[in-house]
Order: sequence, then structure tokens, then C-alpha cells
Amino acid sequence: MKQKFDIIESTCVPLPLENVDTDQIIPARFLKATTRDEKFFGDNLFRDWRFDKDGKPRENFVLNTPAFGVKPSEGNRQILVAGKNFGSGSSREHAAWAIAGYGFRVVISSFFADIHKNNELNNFVLPVVVSEGFLAELFAGIAADPDLKVRVDVPAQTVTNLATGKSERFELNGYKKYCLLNALDDIDYLLEQKAKIEAFEQKRKD
Amino acid sequence: MNTLFDKIWDSHVVSMIEDGPTQLYIDRLYCHEVTSPQAFDGLRARGVKCLRPERIFCMPDHNTPTHDQDKPIEDPVSKAQVDALERNAREFGLTHYGMMDPDNGIIHVVGPEKGLSLPGMTIVCGDSHTSTHGAMGAVAFGIGTSEVEMVLASQCILQQKPKSMSIRVEGKLGPGVTAKDVALWLMMKLTTSGATGYFVEYRGSAVRSLSMEGRLTLCNLSIEMGARGGFVAPDETTFEYLKGREYAPKGEAWDKAVAYWKTLRSGDDAVFDKELVFDAAEIPPMITYGTNPGMGMPVDGSIPAGAAQKSLDYMGFSAGQKLLGHKVDYVFLGACTNGRIEDFRAFASIVRGKKKADGVTAWLVPGSWAVRRQIEEEGLDKVGTPARLLRLPRDERRQDSRRQIQRLHQQP
Repeated sequence: MKQKFDIIESTCVPLPLENVDTDQIIPARFLKATTRDEKFFGDNLFRDWRFDKDGKPRENFVLNTPAFGVKPSEGNRQILVAGKNFGSGSSREHAAWAIAGYGFRVVISSFFADIHKNNELNNFVLPVVVSEGFLAELFAGIAADPDLKVRVDVPAQTVTNLATGKSERFELNGYKKYCLLNALDDIDYLLEQKAKIEAFEQKRKD
Repeated sequence: MNTLFDKIWDSHVVSMIEDGPTQLYIDRLYCHEVTSPQAFDGLRARGVKCLRPERIFCMPDHNTPTHDQDKPIEDPVSKAQVDALERNAREFGLTHYGMMDPDNGIIHVVGPEKGLSLPGMTIVCGDSHTSTHGAMGAVAFGIGTSEVEMVLASQCILQQKPKSMSIRVEGKLGPGVTAKDVALWLMMKLTTSGATGYFVEYRGSAVRSLSMEGRLTLCNLSIEMGARGGFVAPDETTFEYLKGREYAPKGEAWDKAVAYWKTLRSGDDAVFDKELVFDAAEIPPMITYGTNPGMGMPVDGSIPAGAAQKSLDYMGFSAGQKLLGHKVDYVFLGACTNGRIEDFRAFASIVRGKKKADGVTAWLVPGSWAVRRQIEEEGLDKVGTPARLLRLPRDERRQDSRRQIQRLHQQP
């Protein structure tokens, strides 16, 4: 789950729907699990869109199509492109576990629900906020050419549609950027601060 | 600026992460069985030990049976959690007050009574009612499991500083008006989300006049107003309560600590993000009629028109109805809000010499073994009827007085 970010250049999976909530990302019945088994959550990502009641794949859902249904790998289908207000609804972190578990590294949208955005960041999935225009052009581009590639440059904080060459800058706070570039989470960060913690304790004693 | 909240918070800042959260030092972490197992798993996966095990205290208090604590726990999920806490505490070298330990109880009752929660401290626990410890003059708040792991590993957490709110209650509280009435009245005024995003300092002469038990109840219920936490500046009442407690400083260290604690107050020039002032004389004894603690009214009042119909339907009440004179089905005394000795003294003073009516089910649940022992020492279990109110049969109580302890499962 923890992995370094640098520059990702990959084809995408389009999900041109707005207000995709966390219950659609991972239905509530999968919250009973007591462990954080990535494969389990990844296998059940978008469960009720992907499979019918009998567990049979629904043919027309994007993750079941020949073009977009291949598992993400280096340079291939690592980027999910979703409509406005992605990840609304319940604050369940399981939604981010499912996206990470499936293998997505980046989600591009024009707006993310606040809590879900943080959950993605904490689980090493990068939420990239782009303008409405950039998003619309990207959806149109993928419809015309399923193998359109997008370049996400984390150090430079830019996202580029490689078909058109259009580029935008995205927001990322300095601390989280440091964590992503170095594959560190909050606890790793704190463990690195031991000298500072000891100095603080010493200063308090004096 | 220059509020007591600022003073305590700022004195615990290890570093301000540029373009990110604050790294805050934590003086005391309490762990219970429900929100800690994944955090300990995390430490094991990283191969990390606790940085300051002496600052961490563990006790099962949520997923635990209310009586028959000396017997094995029947529910396998509960048993697994309680057993895991004991194992984890042993593995990581942490103090653990197990189920039958004389020091066991609800964390928010035990922490203050053992002197583990002290003025000026930062205190966290994976439970929203951690705000209770604010009564000692501490900054105390609930955290999530990933943050429990942060503190276990580094004695720090990463947090954004909340806004500060002053709630001043001035004047003298009327007869029969307790800390819980004050809290329910504030919730009625502010709603259950009125303090969301804030840390509350309770001030004013009515707050100063509360005992420590009363302050613990008031700070406990900060959460029910949506606040992250609430606290009362330490004063002579606090020092008197703490003196001689097991973990409170002793001798010269005590004098030094009190001298420091006396400096813990908001400056005259303190600026809060929000300030509210109330008149204590306006606060009546309260009762709630609905399905959340904000749905309260004076005990002799009528249910207001406009109260949520769904709640009233659930309760079987209607707008305009009075509750005074309504039949009582259950009596419950306990939990982290009201499981302390003063609550039992108040109860005993009301029921002394009276008989329980048939058809009333009563549960009296001391918040810790220490409270239970105090009840016995003061003979409160023998003031006529209360003994009969206890659920356990008398002969069983005589065999093993410790088995009488009954506690509420307090949810996280």
C-alpha cells in the first residue's frame, strides 16, 4: 500500500458519473471485516455496479469491458477519472482501501468530498483536482481513444493530457507531498522526529 | 489569544509542520479494548515499540459485562478484545488494570481518581468522552485508531488546532440544579452541534462552585454539544481533590506543581473565537423527552411545539405533554458521565427511607471499584431501599462484595 510517488504516466479508466458516494465505492455490508485486507476490498470495489446479485460480472460496467477491465499495471489503467463530487457520503476509510486495493494510484476529478480526499491521501492514492473544462476534455479524449495517456508529475504538481498537451497545476499541501514522495505515512513521519521529541522533553524538564 | 487553551496547547507543540498539521506532545494516553487492537497490530507490523510506555495506561471498560466480572466473558468477540488488550499491554510493557483488578473501572472515572490526569496535561484516548479529563484543567480529547497508533509509537499526534470558545455561567445555581442540568440546558440552548469545531473553556462563578465530580460531568458532556473537548481552569477545588492521590506529585514536587498549576488560567486580555455568557439563576432542573440529549426542557415544562415528530413518535410522546407525573420504568445511575461517588451520595439522599415501587427496574452502576469501595465505606448501600435496588441478590453480595460492581458498557 505504501509506495513512492514521482511521475506517473498511464492510460485511464473513465467513470463519467457525478456524486459517486462511498457506499457505491464499497457497499456497507463489506465493513464488517476486522482486518485491512487490500485484496478483499479491491475485489469488491464498486461491487454492485461490477457484479449482479449472483456475483456475475455486469458486462457493460467499465471495469468489465475488454478495453478498461484489465488490472492496473505500470503505465496501464492506473488512473481513475471520475465525475464531480467523488467520494461523498459516509466517511468510511474502506472506500480508499478498495480503490488502493484494486490498484489505482491516482483519481482525477473536478471535486472530491473532503474526508474521502484525505482518506485517499492517507492510503497512498493521489486525488488530483482539475477544472471542469479539463475533465470534460479528458472524458471526450478517452471516448475517442481508450489508450489516451495522462501524465501526473507529483514533484511539479502538474497533470497533463498527453493527447492535447494541455496541463494544469493541482494542489497538494507540503507535508503530504513530502509523505507521498518518500512513501511515508504520519506514523513514519513521527518516528523520524525522535530527536525533536527528546529535545522537547528535555527542554520541559529544565 | 492568551486563553488557557492556547497556553496548554502551545506548550505541547513539538513542531509546526510547514504547510501541514501541528506535531503535539501527549502527556497521557489511555487505551481500552475496542479502539486499540489495530493500533497495536500496526506497531508490530512496523517493528516499533512504545516510545514512552510509562505515560500509557490500559483498561478494558467498553465491551465488558456489567456484573459477574469474575466469570469468563460469554461473548467471544468481547472476550477476544479484552484478552487482546491484556496481551498487548504485556508485550509493550504498559500498565494494565484488568477486569478484576481493584484499580479497574471506566477510564474516565479511574484517570482522575488515581491522579493520572493532572492540570496542564494533554490527554487522549480512542473515545470521544475523553473530554471528561478536562475537569482537571487539562486539554483532553478523543482520537481515532490511527492516532492511537501515532501516540503509542511517538507520544505525539498530528493535529490542526481547534478554535476556542468561552462558556461563562455566572451566579448561583438554584436548589437541585446539578452539573448535568447545566450541560443539558446548554445543549438545549446550543443544540448538539452548537460547539462543533471548538474547544470549550467553562468559566464563571457557577462553574467555579461545582465540585470536581460536577466538573467531570460537565466536561464529559462537551461532546454532546459537538465540541472537541471542554475544560475548567484548575483552582483550589482541583488541588484539594488531587492532593495525596496515587499518581499526583508528592512533597516538594507537589508544591512546585501547584505553583505552576496556579498560572494555568486565561489572561484578562484573552480573546476567544466565540464567547457566550449565561445566568445560572435561569437554569432549572432538566429532563429530556426525545432521542438526542439536545432535546431537553425544564423538568416541570411541556414538550415544545415543533419538536421533531419522528423522535416523539419513537418515544410515544406528543408536543405540549408534561413529563412530570409520568410513570418511571427504569432508573439508571452510572456511566462515565455520572458513575462517581457524589452521584451515589445524591441518590442515597433522595431514596433514604423510601421504598422502590413495583415495576421499576433500577440499575446502580459504580464507575470503578474504587467508587464501589467508597459506597460501602460510607454505608450508602445500606440506606434502606438502595440495597434492594441493586440487581444482584443479597446472598450473592454477601459472598463476594466485589461482584456487586455493576458497570455500564460505555460506547466509543
